[in-house]
Amino acid sequence: MEHDKKPDSGPVQDFLNAEEPRRDFFTQAAAVVTGAALGVVPLFAGLAVFTDPLRKRERKSEGGADAEGFLKVAPLDGLLKGGEPRRYEVIDDRTDAWNLFPREAVGAVYLVRPVDGLVKAFNVKCPHAGCSVDFKAENACFQCPCHDSSFKPNDGLIANPNSPSPRGLDELEVKEVDGMVWVKYEEFQPGTSHKVPEA
Amino acid sequence: MNAFLNWLDNRTGIRATVHEALFERIPGGARWRYVWGSTLVFAFSVQVITGLFLWMAYSPSSLTAWESVYFITYDMQFGWLLRGLHHFMAQAMVVLLAIHLMQVIIDGAYKAPREVNFWLGLILMQIVLGLSLTGYLLPWDQKGFWATNVATKLMTLVPVVGTKLQRLVVGGPTYGHHTLTRFFAMHAGVLPGLLIAFLALHIAVFRRHGIKVADPLHKKDAMFWPDQVLKDAVACLGVLLVVLLLTIFVGAELGAPADPSQAYAAARPEWYFLFLFQFLKYFPGETEIWGALIIPGVMFGVLALMPFLAKWKLGHRFNIAYMVIVLCGIGYLTAQAWHEDNRGPKSADYHRAVADAQTRAERVRELIEYGEGISEKGGRALLRSDPKTAGPDLFKRNCAVCHSFDGHDGTGGPQEKATASDLGGFGSRDWLKGFVVEPGGTKYFGPTANGSFNGKPIGDTFSNGAMARWAKEHAGKMSSGEIAAVVEFLLSQGDRTDLGPVDVDLAAKGREVFELGSLDANAEGAESRACLQCHEMVIDGAPLGTQGLAPGPDLSRYGSEAWLRDFLLNPDAPHNYGDRNAMPSYKDRMTEAEFNILLKWLRRQWLEVKAKK
Repeated sequence: MEHDKKPDSGPVQDFLNAEEPRRDFFTQAAAVVTGAALGVVPLFAGLAVFTDPLRKRERKSEGGADAEGFLKVAPLDGLLKGGEPRRYEVIDDRTDAWNLFPREAVGAVYLVRPVDGLVKAFNVKCPHAGCSVDFKAENACFQCPCHDSSFKPNDGLIANPNSPSPRGLDELEVKEVDGMVWVKYEEFQPGTSHKVPEA
Repeated sequence: MNAFLNWLDNRTGIRATVHEALFERIPGGARWRYVWGSTLVFAFSVQVITGLFLWMAYSPSSLTAWESVYFITYDMQFGWLLRGLHHFMAQAMVVLLAIHLMQVIIDGAYKAPREVNFWLGLILMQIVLGLSLTGYLLPWDQKGFWATNVATKLMTLVPVVGTKLQRLVVGGPTYGHHTLTRFFAMHAGVLPGLLIAFLALHIAVFRRHGIKVADPLHKKDAMFWPDQVLKDAVACLGVLLVVLLLTIFVGAELGAPADPSQAYAAARPEWYFLFLFQFLKYFPGETEIWGALIIPGVMFGVLALMPFLAKWKLGHRFNIAYMVIVLCGIGYLTAQAWHEDNRGPKSADYHRAVADAQTRAERVRELIEYGEGISEKGGRALLRSDPKTAGPDLFKRNCAVCHSFDGHDGTGGPQEKATASDLGGFGSRDWLKGFVVEPGGTKYFGPTANGSFNGKPIGDTFSNGAMARWAKEHAGKMSSGEIAAVVEFLLSQGDRTDLGPVDVDLAAKGREVFELGSLDANAEGAESRACLQCHEMVIDGAPLGTQGLAPGPDLSRYGSEAWLRDFLLNPDAPHNYGDRNAMPSYKDRMTEAEFNILLKWLRRQWLEVKAKK
C-alpha cells in the first residue's frame, strides 16, 4: 500500500480534493437513491402488515344473525312489563385474528320492557370510557362503577347531570319476533356526544 | 441545519464518527469484489426489519404458530410479501456467507494480522446457521416440524450430555409449546443479539486493519463513500431483486400444520443443509456420530486453523484447495441427495409424499376458507376431522384387510388380496347398478370366495349366494329402464348429497320394481323377481310388504349414515347378514370420532369446494 500521499492528507482531505467533483456528485446521488430503495422494500412490507388492523374486514360467518344483522337475545316472556332492566349476553360467532369461535358471548345488553310498546335494549358499555355499567335497583338507575356516570332505567339518558359520560347509554335497534327479542348489536365510540359506530 | 449539526457535533462528535465510517481509503479503488460483506450486513438488516414486523403477528405455541403464520400469509395485507422476503433473504444470506468466506480465503484476508477477525467471521457463520435452523421450525408446518425433529434427534449423539441437551432444546420430552417458545426466543432474541454483538466486533476489527487489497495498483485510490458505497448498494439491490422475484414467483411455502401422528416421508432440511442430511446416509448404526458430529467438527476445525496453516510455505494454497474440495464435496452430496429424491429408485415414494403433503396443505386451506374457519383446536384438528383427508387412512387400517377401494387400499397403495367387495363409489348409481346386475362379480361378492371368517372359508356363500343366483336368473330379463329405476329408488334412501338430485319420478318407478319385480304388471315371473321377496324396507315408518320373513338384509334407508352405522356395528344381526355373516363387527375397533369419519368418507360427505364456490 505504497502511495504518493502528502503527510498531512487525511481521508477527508482526499475526498475534498477529489478531481472529479461532478462524477462524484452523481455517484453520491446514485448511492443515496439506491440505498433508499433498499430500505423501502422491507419497510413497506412490514408497515403494510403492521397497518393491517386498520383494514375493514368482511365478516366471515353470519353467526346467529338474521339478514338484517339482528341477533336473538332473550324470550320476551322473561321480561316483566314495567319491570327492572335485565342483563343478557349477546351470543354470536367471534373472530379473533385467525380463530373463529362459534356462538360465544360477544357483548351484553340491558333489556327493559315498558308497560306499552317495544322492548328497549341498551349496550352495557358506558359511553364515557367503555366500562360495563351495573343496574342499581336501590337507586333505580344504571350506574357506571368506574366514574359514577348514572343513567335512567327507562330510556338510558343521563340521570345525574354531573355524570362524566358525554351521552346516555347507547340504545340498540330491537325487534320482537315470535315471542323472542332480537337486537342489532353494535358498539359505539366512547367519549363523543353522539353515537359513532365502531368500524 | 448547519447550526443544529454544529450543536449536535459539539455534544456527540457525530461528524468525526460519520467521517470515520464513510471516508475509509480503499487502495486500488472501489471494486465489485469487495461488496460481499456489505451485502451480508444488508441481508441481516432486512431480516431484522421483516423479522420485527413478523414478530408482531406471530404467536409461538403449538396451537397458534401455524395458524398465525397462515393468517400472515393468506389474510394480512402484503403478509405474503413480508414472509417471502424474510424466508428467501434467509437463504440468500447463506449463499452470501459462502461467497464472502471464499472471497476472504482466496484474497488471503484470514492471514495475520486478521486472524481474530476471521474467527469472528466463523462465529458469525455459526450464528447465521443457528438462525436458519431455529427459523425453519417456527411456522410449525409438517416440513419444518419433521426436519427439525431430525436435527434435534442428532443432538442426542453428543457424548454424555446428549439426551439432556436435546431435552433442554426441545423444552421437554416431546415437541410442543415449549419447543416453539424456546426456538422463538433463540431465533428472535438470543441469536440476533449475539449476531449484532459479533458483527460490531467484526466490523470494528475490520476497520482496524482495513480492507485486504490484492492489487493496490489496480486503479487510483478511492474512498468508501461514495464509490464503494454505490457498488455495495447496487450489489444489495441485486440481492433484493432476486429475493423479490423468488417471493413473487415461488413464494414462501406453508405446508399442512404439524402433526406428530402424521409421518412425513418427504421431510428434508433446508437445501443448504441437505449435504449433511445426505452425508449421514454413509454412517450406518452407531457410526452416525462420525457423520453428524466428528467429521463436520474436524472439518470446521481445519477451517478455524487456516490462519496458522497459512504460515507454512504452501499453506495458503492448501487452504484454497481445501475450501474448493469441501465446497465440491458439499455440492456433490447436495446433487446426490437431489438425485436420489428425483431420479433414484425411491423417488416415486418421495414424490408421492411431496404430493400428499401438497394435497394436505391445499386441503387445510379449503377447510379454512370455505368451512368453519380455525377453531381453538387449531389447524391440525381440521385435517384430522376431515373425512376427505382422514378417511383413506382409516379405511386402509380397518377395512382394507378384506375390502378394496377402486382397486387400491383406500390411500392409493396396492390391494392385491381383496376378499370382499370394492367399496370405491359405494352407493353411487354405477356402483348400485353393478351390484344389481352382477352381485357375484369381482367388484362385489366375487372375491369373498377366497376369504375366510372366524377361521372358516367363506366359500360361495356370497359369490354364489341368493343374491348372485337371483341376478343370474332375473337381471337379464329386466329392462335397462327398470334397472335404472330400482337403482334410483335405492339411491333415494341414502340421503346422499354428493350424487346429484334424485330423479323422484324414476325413484317412484323403482319402488314399483322393488315391490312388484317389474314395471309391467303382466310380465312373466315378475313377482319372484321383486326385491321385496328377500329384502325388507320401511319407508317413512310404513313397512313395504310383510315384515319378519325376508332372508336378505333390511334395506330401509339403505346407504344412509344410519343404515351404514348399523350395518358396520351389527353385520350379524338378523336384519343384516344374520347367520351367513362373514364380516367382523366394527364395535370398539376405533374411536367414535374415527368411526364417524369413516362413515362420512364412505358416503363422500365432506366439504367440496367446487360445489361451494
